Amino acid sequence: MNQGEIGLQETVNGEATQPGDRQHGKPTRWRRDFPIDWPEDDYISRRELVKFVVLTSGAFVAGQGWIALKSWMEAPRNAWPVAAVATVEELPVGGAKTFHYPEGSPPRLLVRTGPETFVAYDQQCTHLLCPVIPAVERGQLHCPCHNGWFDLETGRPLAGPPNRPLTRILLQVREGTVYATGVEDAAA
Amino acid sequence: MKWGSRFARSQRMPIVNGILIFVIVIVVLQLWLLTATMNAYLGGDFTIVVPAALVSLLCLALNVGLLWYLYRL
Repeated sequence: MNQGEIGLQETVNGEATQPGDRQHGKPTRWRRDFPIDWPEDDYISRRELVKFVVLTSGAFVAGQGWIALKSWMEAPRNAWPVAAVATVEELPVGGAKTFHYPEGSPPRLLVRTGPETFVAYDQQCTHLLCPVIPAVERGQLHCPCHNGWFDLETGRPLAGPPNRPLTRILLQVREGTVYATGVEDAAA
Repeated sequence: MKWGSRFARSQRMPIVNGILIFVIVIVVLQLWLLTATMNAYLGGDFTIVVPAALVSLLCLALNVGLLWYLYRL
């Protein structure tokens, strides 16, 4: 096979140029092997770009759906168990104790705020999950990591970086024992 | 002029560019919404998850509508 048959014999003033891609009305061999030119291959129309961006938009919706599905699966459906977490005598006024409710949960913090009053919250700060420390004399909970403060009575953030309230644990005091009876929705 | 098109090529180009920019802005909004939702979800706040998903779906519907219009242009 000579060069003329495969279309590689094109020169202009002695310099090589793109070889002819047709011979006797038919595509040459190289043109059959490489039917698409580079400029054509690189070209992306605006319509194709919009289509790609819309596909990205669909991917974001899929991500949102995945988060919604996960939150739906994680949402508690059963009634919370009732669990004894401390006795009244065990904690002096201003005293605190950590516990897990329900079993396997992150640590919770029980604080005795008065002779007859107890409060309990997630011990993890809603900013970056550092453990909070009760400051009963100030009526607050303190996160020492970034100097965040929460109201001891409500769990609402008062100062510092946290902007979400602490999750509250519902309590009942019966016959000298403090029971955890549920977990309040953080957004409630 | 393309057969069946209401606009000349020179008229279509600004429309196509405008749609492209609009779609990109909506997708950036969706990206922000996704990160905000993920942040709230990981923080234990599930209340905005479903509304955010619905808004994102609305954005997608808008984008698909614009794409459909673009192909009909």
